[in-house]
Amino acid sequence: MENAGVFLPVIAALPFLGALLPGIMIQAGRNASAAFAAAPTLLAFIMLIICTPSVLRGEVLQFQFEWLPALGLNVNFMLDGLGLLFAGLILGIGLLITLYARFYLSREDPMGQFYTYLLLFQGAMTGIVLSDNILLLLIFWELTSLSSFLLIGYWKHLPEGRQGARMALTVTGMGGLAMIAGMLILGDIAGSYDLSVILTRKEAIQSSPLYLPALLLILMGCFTKSAQFPFHFWLPHAMAAPTPVSAYLHSATMVKAGLFLMARMWPVLSGTPEWFYIVSTTGLITMVLAAVIALFKDDLKALLAFSTVSHLGLVTMLLGLGTNIAAVAAVFHILNHATFKAALFMTAGIIDHEAHTRDIKRLGGLRHLMPVTFVIATLGALSMAGFPLLSGFLSKEMMLEQTVHTVWAGPDYAVPILATLGALFSAAYSLRYIFHVFGGEVRDDYPSKPHDPAFGMWAGPALLIAIAILIGILPAVAEPLVKISAYAVTGGNLPYFHLKIWHGLTPALFMSVIALTGGAGLLVLHRPLERVWNAVPRPEAKVIFDALVGAATKAAHWLTDTLHNGRMSRYAFVFALTVLGAGAFAWLGGEIGPRTRALQPAPLAVLVGWILLVTCTTVMVSYHRHRFLALVLMGVIGLTVSLGFVYLSAPDLALTQISVEVVTIILLLLALNFLPKRTPVDSSLARRVRDGALAITGGLAVAGLSFAMLTRDFALPTISDYHLVNSYKGGGGTNVVNVILVDFRGFDTFGEIIVLGIAALVIFALTRSVLDGPGGRWLAGWGPDADEAGDRHPVMMVIATRVMMPIALMVGAYIFLRGHNMPGGGFIAGLIVAIALVMQYMASGFAWAEARQRIRYHAMIATGVLIASATGVGAWFNGRPFLTSDFGYVTLPPLEKFELATAMLFDTGVFLTVVGAVMLALDSLSRMARRAGETVNIHPMDINLGRNGKKD
Amino acid sequence: MELLFASAVGILTAAGLYLVMRQRTFPVILGISLLSYAVNLFLFASGRLAVNMPPVLLKGVEDFTDPLPQALVLTAIVISFGMTAVVVMLSLGAYLSARSDRIDLNDTEKTGDTRQ
Repeated sequence: MENAGVFLPVIAALPFLGALLPGIMIQAGRNASAAFAAAPTLLAFIMLIICTPSVLRGEVLQFQFEWLPALGLNVNFMLDGLGLLFAGLILGIGLLITLYARFYLSREDPMGQFYTYLLLFQGAMTGIVLSDNILLLLIFWELTSLSSFLLIGYWKHLPEGRQGARMALTVTGMGGLAMIAGMLILGDIAGSYDLSVILTRKEAIQSSPLYLPALLLILMGCFTKSAQFPFHFWLPHAMAAPTPVSAYLHSATMVKAGLFLMARMWPVLSGTPEWFYIVSTTGLITMVLAAVIALFKDDLKALLAFSTVSHLGLVTMLLGLGTNIAAVAAVFHILNHATFKAALFMTAGIIDHEAHTRDIKRLGGLRHLMPVTFVIATLGALSMAGFPLLSGFLSKEMMLEQTVHTVWAGPDYAVPILATLGALFSAAYSLRYIFHVFGGEVRDDYPSKPHDPAFGMWAGPALLIAIAILIGILPAVAEPLVKISAYAVTGGNLPYFHLKIWHGLTPALFMSVIALTGGAGLLVLHRPLERVWNAVPRPEAKVIFDALVGAATKAAHWLTDTLHNGRMSRYAFVFALTVLGAGAFAWLGGEIGPRTRALQPAPLAVLVGWILLVTCTTVMVSYHRHRFLALVLMGVIGLTVSLGFVYLSAPDLALTQISVEVVTIILLLLALNFLPKRTPVDSSLARRVRDGALAITGGLAVAGLSFAMLTRDFALPTISDYHLVNSYKGGGGTNVVNVILVDFRGFDTFGEIIVLGIAALVIFALTRSVLDGPGGRWLAGWGPDADEAGDRHPVMMVIATRVMMPIALMVGAYIFLRGHNMPGGGFIAGLIVAIALVMQYMASGFAWAEARQRIRYHAMIATGVLIASATGVGAWFNGRPFLTSDFGYVTLPPLEKFELATAMLFDTGVFLTVVGAVMLALDSLSRMARRAGETVNIHPMDINLGRNGKKD
Repeated sequence: MELLFASAVGILTAAGLYLVMRQRTFPVILGISLLSYAVNLFLFASGRLAVNMPPVLLKGVEDFTDPLPQALVLTAIVISFGMTAVVVMLSLGAYLSARSDRIDLNDTEKTGDTRQ
């Protein structure tokens, strides 16, 4: 098949694409839903089969697509023997599960949802085994955790289901996070995130000092996913899921993802003592421990769950041994276990479905009532126990053979003995599954009278068992697949082997015999053993897990509550402290160059300004409880800052600062009209000292930083020279600051006027909501808390402002027009015009002025922003990018030659927005005053006779 | 002059920080304004200090101060006005609705328990 690689992304994508179908098709009935769940799976399976011959010939199919090459994240898929084995298992068993679930789920269960989740999971799983890029693999890996969460918690009404789903997600998700870190380290060592590259870098990876951390983190992901000790506890709790899920996720596929990854990484990670001791020991402990626990579980699914954990441990141990032939055994057992265990889970589901219980103590004698199920379950259990002529026997025999050759930290008998013990318990619980469920007398107290299910329900397990028998009798059938996947695992160093039943009188045979007879013996002694088992206290994993989760939740709550307790003053403190800490860290961690700039002399005027600023600030902080005084001092500070800008060659800034200052003070005065005039003492002396200490430290730090910066030249070449050089040539203006605002960095300015407009609209909306709420009602009954002036609108002021209005507007226009070449511009002109308007408001009252105002401020803001954006868009018609400005010179007699620039139009937008925003903000405040009972005067000036502050 | 400038920025920062950590809205607003001055001055200073060198291209003038920080600070001044206005309205609205200008949600020293 030419270019079969193109099938790979399709195979991975089909389940995802098909996932919506069953959810939709459930409207057409349950059969339609199941059929549409099976269709994408079947299609993907067929494509896989088309790819199979070339893979069996030893080719590695590949598909490459660059997604985010800068991150090394490529959508690269590959299909080799290992991928083929797993993809075959996932899609093949997926088909059988789809069939099985159709009959398993009851009418009350939302079947469409189930199939959708199942397909999502299947897609994620297929993605893992086909990925050639480890970042892509990680994405699929996390998707399996998420989709399995949905599947385990499918029966939302069952608390066990929800808890089990949560536990599974916590444990596997945590492992997944660790694995991300590990994979990133691995990719970093190897210099590529592509598996095909990583797999060739064994020496580089194993000699890296980061090998151990990467190994530990990756194994953390594998062990949690594959339920290895001490993370094994989530799997039995995940059994609250519907049985098809248990059969699919928790025996055949998801729990094998960890094994898959260990096998995938085997060529580069294995072979070191670290790998051997960590992986094989974990596997061995898991295998024996879980087998022992499984024997004493009465719940059929719990028994199978612990048995799965045990078998996963077996494969982990084989992978841990690090020898090539052990890897072959591991691959072979993965195949065998998937077939017989999925079948066994399905029989457990059948029993549960028919007898309405899966408690072994309430079952027995089922061989007469459910003969078909009995045959399937017996053959499956015997395969699990490792009986000859069944597939489980072959791989278990290979495993035992390998342990004989294993020396673990000195003694060479420890591993074989433990492995035999594990096999012995495995045989015991397998036999218990047969004898305690199907053996014995027929009872008359089953919760429901059991009988064999419909064909569709037992067809799947029967097919799987048939495969197990076929492999058991004719191992050569499985040999090509095992060979080609073992070839991939061992990185091409395939040992010579044949899968066969009879190896002669080997030690492994004796161990098998011991295990089987011992297992039978254990079953006979089950009752007394169970009494002992139940009498011995054991740590319960769920209790420990819940305690850990509880402790973590508590710690998180404590941290959040401490940092985020609803007291804003604390946030401010924490924030200041954090910024200071970060600054200190940066300061201490970096290096500061030598002083390169000489200090400039300070003339007397500067010194006077400094004294003024410092005095005002100090007095303001000391007397900040007197709010009017503080406000006046703030005005002085702002003025001094403006003067500073004048002196330090920033005329534009000075103009802006002084006009903003005026508007701000007016705004604060208006607000203070309603607010309390004094600030009471709230905090203790200790707290004020603490805040003061932090504030002074912060001030010192900023002062030090400023001084350090001012006495040194730029560390990097500055881009300012570019602006200076191109301002006139490219922007057509000589005031570089204005040209930067409307031209070079016009996009910034565009964003800023939008922000300003939004701020004004927020203020407007806030006022509305306050006035409509309890605040407005309260305000209606509000009286001024201080004596009001007798003449609200003094004659002098009214006349003065009227005269000044045209002059102020002319100044505004002048400042605006000259802005491009001399200090000025839209921002400043807008502020000046706003002040001119506010003066009218102050003189005759807001309502009086508003009644004579023709333009609405909302419209003004909108027009401003629209003009600015239209100017920007205009550049498109010239074939230039957004906001590219253009200019030319025009001569109109009798005027001098003057310049017209599109930047001027843009600046008009800025101007309008600024005027509108400032006025809308002040206007909103005046609404509050009117609600508070301020009457609207008919004449521009009036005299209030009731000057005692009481209202009528 | 650099020393005077740096110390002025430092004093404004310290005063602003102290006021921001108060428990009533008005001093906090004043504190934010002082911090805005400090931050704007600091940003402005990143172009270094220069006397009599405005960035206006006039004939016969060779030396100009750095125009870029000035342009950035200019918009920053206008934006801080917008911010101050919003904060003033927020505090005014809160005061009118709650009859208190405290900024802390729960005045008890005991933390937590807001969730229950």
